[in-house]
Amino acid sequence: MTTNNSYSTPQLCALVLFRLCVGWHFAYEGIVKILKPNWTSYPYLMDSGGFLGDFFKEMAGNATILQYINILNEWSLLLIGLGLITGTLGRLSSMGALLLLGFYTLSHPSYIGASYMMPFEGSYLWIDKNIVEMAGILVLLLFPTSQIIGIDRFLKKTVPLFSKLKLI
Amino acid sequence: MATDERKNIETHPQEPQSNGRRNLIKTLASIPVLGALGLGVYAKTKYDTEARSLGTNFTFNSRPPVPAVMEGKQIRIGLIGFGIRGKQLMRGLGFAEPQYLQTLIEAAKTDKKDSRYQQFCQQDDLNISITAVCDIFDIYGDDAILAGANVEREGLSGKFGAAPKRYRNYLQLIAADDVDAVVIATPDQWHSTMAIAAAAAGKHVYVEKPLSWTVPETYRVREAVKQSGVVFQLGHQGRQTDSYVRAKEIIDRGILGKISLIEVCTNRNDPNGAWVYPIIDGASPQSIDWKQFDGPEECIKEYIDYMTTNKLERFLGPEPRDQFSLERFFRWRCWWDYSTGLSGDLLTHEYDAINQIMGVGIPHSASSSGGVYFFKDGRTVPDVLQTTFEFPDKDLTMLYSATLASNRPRGKVIMGHDAQMEVSNTLIVKADQASTQYKDKISKGIIKPDEPFYTYIPGQNDVDAITSATELYFAQRGLLYTYVDGKRYDTTHLHLREWIHSIRTGSKPSCDIDSAFEEAMAAHMGTRAYLEGRTKYWDKDKEEIV
Repeated sequence: MTTNNSYSTPQLCALVLFRLCVGWHFAYEGIVKILKPNWTSYPYLMDSGGFLGDFFKEMAGNATILQYINILNEWSLLLIGLGLITGTLGRLSSMGALLLLGFYTLSHPSYIGASYMMPFEGSYLWIDKNIVEMAGILVLLLFPTSQIIGIDRFLKKTVPLFSKLKLI
Repeated sequence: MATDERKNIETHPQEPQSNGRRNLIKTLASIPVLGALGLGVYAKTKYDTEARSLGTNFTFNSRPPVPAVMEGKQIRIGLIGFGIRGKQLMRGLGFAEPQYLQTLIEAAKTDKKDSRYQQFCQQDDLNISITAVCDIFDIYGDDAILAGANVEREGLSGKFGAAPKRYRNYLQLIAADDVDAVVIATPDQWHSTMAIAAAAAGKHVYVEKPLSWTVPETYRVREAVKQSGVVFQLGHQGRQTDSYVRAKEIIDRGILGKISLIEVCTNRNDPNGAWVYPIIDGASPQSIDWKQFDGPEECIKEYIDYMTTNKLERFLGPEPRDQFSLERFFRWRCWWDYSTGLSGDLLTHEYDAINQIMGVGIPHSASSSGGVYFFKDGRTVPDVLQTTFEFPDKDLTMLYSATLASNRPRGKVIMGHDAQMEVSNTLIVKADQASTQYKDKISKGIIKPDEPFYTYIPGQNDVDAITSATELYFAQRGLLYTYVDGKRYDTTHLHLREWIHSIRTGSKPSCDIDSAFEEAMAAHMGTRAYLEGRTKYWDKDKEEIV
């Protein structure tokens, strides 16, 4: 994206505000899990449904894989959150956020007849909160702001490799 | 894009690269948000752990580990009674009928989530062998042989080990040289008689609950077990339930304050739960030894004497004892002639749990009421029963309430002046609005009486106030338990395992003969109060129900 400076001030403010909100949400979800020593994704994965439900349950059933999933999930959430808040590697953070939310959605799709032990609050048909957040992050990905307000403004100049690899 | 916005873009000149200060501000503009996040997390954590935990967070005493895989000499087990419970006990020991395992294998093939076979195979080997089985029904007897020989835990096409010898009379099994210990899972009228015979022969005993069918035999079995010195365990597998052990610690620490009332319940709502068990094909006077089923002569005499002395003949029979009946053979729990009813079958689980948690001992008095209100199928035992036990020396009442015709979950609730605790697989403690201990904290809003301030999830060592609703939700459905322990343990397996461990090491099992005696007397008091329609008392000095 090369349209960094083409936003109006209100547009830029709105986009940055949205980025901060998503970043805050991710970071706090990560922190809560990291601070809780017994936290595990096991029950969430075991509650999986939809056409990939068995796949997620199998992963949960393997103690070694589960251990990696737990670490990857909690730290990815925190790092993605921090990335979005500070505007560091904004493109990578947004893509990571999409990937995580994609997994959550595949594990707990809101199809007709879906019933989970711990459902979202509210009522959903096909479109749930994860998908809404994903659609929002897609906007962040296509309308990036981290090079205007964020650490990427600095990284762009000092580490050109990041731009080349499309991480910012 | 709106016109004024376009204008804005056009009038927004490219920032000069040299404007370092402006650049720096834009680069770091969102960093203060991190500060806010940090502050928020700090404040939230402080609120959760300090304010809401009452400053009395504690770590549970470490629980003794599950007895390790057993080393040393193999213990030779004889099993008496291979009906519904006998089969479950045999599986708890690590032996199952090939047909049953075949069903599990097939189920796992069609449903990947069905891990029952895998779990059974993972159950630890107790280093025992089943050398003898006894059943008075030929089909059960043959099934028991197959189960005992299924050392590889395989289905129909598996390899078998040495087959146990089948006996048709329990005395022959007890006398066998190759039997070190016996597991008794017969109808109630035989429990004590068989336990006494086994103890007299120096064989260790695991007997299903309740301990006894008549009151007099309860003294005899206690005496026999104590004199023989054999290792005795009563089959209340609830003793192994993690949350009960933790509930005791919470009470011992005074968190609930003075406890005045305990409510325990049984709720079932299907014929199987009301003991209307299936009648097995092939059962007939030829394949069933009816005379032996009937019961031990001495106990039958005690039973009939008690009923006639107290003018309770209406509870006898109604069919003659010597009349063969498939219904009575398979559904024996429905008649006092063989059964101890709700008291012996289900109240005992609840009573034993409370006795384990609070050490209440034999109640001072028992009153009961109820009747046959739903299953009007000719049974003599009630399907609705309320029993109230009083423990005046502990300033405590325990109320047992049961119906076999409603599934409404009620659970165990222990009510203290300062807090109440719901006991299931998890523990939930809520403060009382009028608590003295927590008065200040309630008035300051630190404790909210309608919200749990302690929750306990099996497998965790810490009690805390910040267990999330999600975690609790999952734990109550047993999911976390599996993971935290790394392995799901069946409590029946653990209870048998503890018994075997005690046989090897000489340690005391958790539901020993003294606990069993208390359990039996409490149940008998409840039963007699129901039958006689008056309050029954325990004379502590004479050790008698009066």
